[in-house]
Amino acid sequence: MREVAVIGVGMNKWGELWEKSHRRIWTEAALAAVDDAGVDRVDAMYVGCMSGGLFVGQEHLGALLADELGMGPIPGTRVESACASGGLAFRQAVLAVAAGAHDIVLASGVEKMTDVDGGAATYALSTAADQEYECYQGITFPGLYAMMARVHMERYGTTRRQLADVAVKNHAHGLLNELAQFRMKVTAEQVMGSAAVADPLRLLDCSPITDGAAAVVLCPLEMARKLSKQPPVRVAASAHATDRIALHERDDMADLASTRHAAALAYKQAGITPKDLSFCEVHDCFTIAEILVIEALGLTARGKGGAAAGSGLTAQGGKIPVNPSGGLKSKGHPVGATGIAQIREAVLQLRGEAGKRQVPKARWGLTQNMGGTGASTVVHIFERAEGRKR
Amino acid sequence: MEVGIRGYGAYIPRHRIRVEEIARVWGADAPTYKRGLGLREKSVPTPDQDVITMSVEAARHAIRRAGIDPAKIGAIYIGSESHPYAVKPSGTVVAEAIGATPEIHCADFEFACKAGSEGMFVALSLVKAGQMEFAMGIGADTSQGAPGDALEYSASAGSAAYIFASTQLVAVCEETYAFMTDTPDFWRREYQFYPRHGGRFTGEPAYFKHTLSCARGLMKKAKVKPKDLRWAVFHQPNGKFPAKAAEELGFTSDQYGQGLLSPTLGNTYSGASPLGLTAVLDVAKPGDRILMVSYGSGAGSDGFIWRVTDRITKVQKLAPQTRAQLEDRPIYVDYGTYAKFRGKIRKLTE
Amino acid sequence: MIGPVRYWREIPQRYRYEAARCSGCGKVFFPPRLVCNACRGREFKPVILPQAGTLETFTIIRVAPSGFEDQAPYAVGVVRLADSVKVTAQIVDCDLETLATGQKLRLEFRKVQQDGASGVLCYGYKFVPA
Ligand SMILES: [Zn+2]
Repeated sequence: MREVAVIGVGMNKWGELWEKSHRRIWTEAALAAVDDAGVDRVDAMYVGCMSGGLFVGQEHLGALLADELGMGPIPGTRVESACASGGLAFRQAVLAVAAGAHDIVLASGVEKMTDVDGGAATYALSTAADQEYECYQGITFPGLYAMMARVHMERYGTTRRQLADVAVKNHAHGLLNELAQFRMKVTAEQVMGSAAVADPLRLLDCSPITDGAAAVVLCPLEMARKLSKQPPVRVAASAHATDRIALHERDDMADLASTRHAAALAYKQAGITPKDLSFCEVHDCFTIAEILVIEALGLTARGKGGAAAGSGLTAQGGKIPVNPSGGLKSKGHPVGATGIAQIREAVLQLRGEAGKRQVPKARWGLTQNMGGTGASTVVHIFERAEGRKR
Repeated sequence: MEVGIRGYGAYIPRHRIRVEEIARVWGADAPTYKRGLGLREKSVPTPDQDVITMSVEAARHAIRRAGIDPAKIGAIYIGSESHPYAVKPSGTVVAEAIGATPEIHCADFEFACKAGSEGMFVALSLVKAGQMEFAMGIGADTSQGAPGDALEYSASAGSAAYIFASTQLVAVCEETYAFMTDTPDFWRREYQFYPRHGGRFTGEPAYFKHTLSCARGLMKKAKVKPKDLRWAVFHQPNGKFPAKAAEELGFTSDQYGQGLLSPTLGNTYSGASPLGLTAVLDVAKPGDRILMVSYGSGAGSDGFIWRVTDRITKVQKLAPQTRAQLEDRPIYVDYGTYAKFRGKIRKLTE
Repeated sequence: MIGPVRYWREIPQRYRYEAARCSGCGKVFFPPRLVCNACRGREFKPVILPQAGTLETFTIIRVAPSGFEDQAPYAVGVVRLADSVKVTAQIVDCDLETLATGQKLRLEFRKVQQDGASGVLCYGYKFVPA
C-alpha cells in the first residue's frame, strides 16, 4: 500500500447560502482545493452527501459533480454514511490512492440544507436513525442525543453547565474562523437560557442547519513534492467502525463504541497514543456529543469528559485543543461536508497555516466524524510530513 | 344451552375537563349546567386515543378476565359513532392487535349511542346460535359535541368490551328485548364534523319513550319486577335522564347508582351503558340479576337481563376495574388544551 | 411520511410485540432478524415482549418532527422491558415535570402518527405510568 498525503484544501463561507445552489456550493470548494494543490488534473473524485434527495431532490451526485468539475469523464462516486459521509468519502479516496488505483483524487463533501423548511430538514436528518423503531415513535436527533446526555449526567454527574461549556468553548474558537457560520461568542447562561429543544438539550447545544461544502486533494506521499508546492500532510491512519443504529439496542447508551473502536484502530495504525496528539477535530453535533467523543478517543477517562471544556483541557492553549475550527457548533454542520471540513482544518493546522487559531507546534492531528447517534465513525490521523525522516 | 358473558373489560382515558371550564369559555352558568345535566366533569381522549386504541385496551382486559386463547374468538363487533376511518374497519385493527386474526368475522356497527349494545346483541346471538365458541362485542366512542353546544358538556370517551361464550360464564343472559321506532332526535350527516339534535325533543319522545318501553317489555318478557333485580344500568347521556328513567320504572338509587358513571365520566355514547355494566360486574355478587337498557338516537333501545354466576368473584380483579380507572390519577385540562386535543382549532392544512 | 405498506409490514411488532429469541444463545431481537449478532445463530423462536418495564432514559420533545407537531411537548424514552430488550417509545399520561428514570411503566396501544389528513392511521405502543 502506498502512503497517502493531502496536498490541497478548499472550503467556502458556510451559512444560509440562499443564492447558491447545491452544485455551485460544491464546485466552489472543489475548485478551491484543486487550486490550493496546484494540480492540473484529478483522476477520480468522491463526494460525501447525506441526502441530496431529501434536501434538494437531487441524487446521482457522482456524475453531476464530476461534470461540474470539468476534468473530463473521471469516475465520480457519491458516498453516504449520514453525517459521516464526508469522512467516509475521504477514506474511500485514501484507499483508492493507497491501492494505486488513482494518483490524484478529490475527496469532498456537500450539503445544501436550506432549500427545505425546518420540519423537512429535521425529517431528512432523522433518516440517519432507525426509521421503523426510533423515528416512528416521534424521536428526533436532538432527542436521541438528549437521551444519551441524560444517561451520562445521571451516571457520571455531568452537569447542565458542563454541556454549555462545550458550546462556549467552540464558539470562542469559531470566532477566529472566518468561514464559520456562527462567529459569535456565547456564554454558558445564554446556552442554558436558550429555547428548549429536547430536554435537557437547548437550541445552543445543537449544531445548526447549514449550506456548505469542503474539498481536499490527495495523492501518494512520494509524489506530493512533485505534484504540489504545498507542504504535504501525511495520512497516518484511516479507520472506520460501526455500531447498532438504534440507540436502544446498545448495551451502554453513553458510550460511543464505534468511535472507541475506530480510534483504537487508528492509534495502532499511526503508532501513537492520545497523548501524542496536538489537537482534534471532533463531531460536536450536540454539546453532549463532544463529551462522549473525547472519552471514546481516550482524551479523558470514561465519565470524565464533562469537565474537559470548562477546565480548559480541550480549549485553545489547553493540553489537547478540541475543535480549534469552532466545531460543528460554530462553524456549521452541512452534514455531508462536515467530515471534509474537519480534515481541511487538520491540514491547515499541520501546515502551520491556521492563522489566529493555530495550535502551536502541531504535529499530530486527529479527525473524528460520526453518523447518526454514533452508528458509524470515521477516524483519521494526520502528521506534519516536513522534517520527518522517511 | 346457557350463553352469556365470559369476560369483560373497560377502558377510560385519564384526561378530564370540568363543566366549569367549558362554561367559562362560553359564558354559560356552570351551576345551572351541573344541576341540569347532573354532570361535574367528563373524560377527554388525547390525540393518540381513538375508538380503535380504547377498544384494544378494553378487549385485552376482557381477554384477561375470560381466560381464553384470543385466536378462538370468532367475531368482533365494534359499535361506535366515531370510528376513526369513514371507510376501513376498526375491528380488523383490534382483531390483529389481540391476536384474533385471521379466522374471525369483523363488522363495525353504527346506531348513535346504541351501537355498542348492538354489537353485544349480535355477538351473543352468534354464540347462542352455535356459530362460534367465543364472540366479542365492543362499545366505544370519542364523542363529539359542537363547541358551545349543550352536548359539549357531556360528550366524552371510553370503551367496554365483552366476550360471549357458553362456558365458564360470569353472567348468564336470561333475556333480551329490543324496541325501535324511526325518531330523528339526533343525527350527523355525512361529512359533518359534529352531530345535531332536536333539543328537548331528545327527551320525552326519544330517550324516555324507548328506554322505558324497552325496560318494561324486557321485564314483562322475563316475568320480573324491579325488586327481583339487584342492579339496573341505562344509557346515560347525562346524570339526570337515567336516574329519572330508573325511578319511573321503580328502581332505587341503590340499584342504578353503581352503573351510573356519567356524573364524572360524561356521555361515552356507544360506550355508555356497556361501561355502566362493567362497573356493576366489578362489584356484583353471584346470583345478582342485572337489567341493562341502552338507547340510541334514531331511535331504539336494546335490553338484557343478566344473572351473575359464582365465577364473577374470580375475575373481578384480573383487570383494571371501571370506577378505579375513573378515579385513577385524573389529569385535568383547560379548554384550550381540550380544543387542541379534539381537533377543534382550525389550523394550516397541507 | 409513512405509507400503508411500510406501516402494514411492521404490524406484528407494533400491535403484538412479536420478537425472536436466538436458539443458540437466547438473545432476544426486536424486531426479529435473520442472524444473531451475538452468536451468529440463524435459528430463532418467536417470543412476545413483556409489556411492562422501567424508564432508562428520556427526553421531552419540544421541537417535533413533521407529523408530530400537535403532540408537542411529549416525552420519548428508552424503556427496558422486564428481563428483555430496550425499546424507544413515547411516555404519555404522565407529568412531564416529574418524569424520572427508573419509573415503572406499562404499555398501552395508541395511535402513534398519521399520514397527513387523509393517509393511513398508524398505531403502535406507547408507555404510561404503571
Ligand atoms: Zn445467538
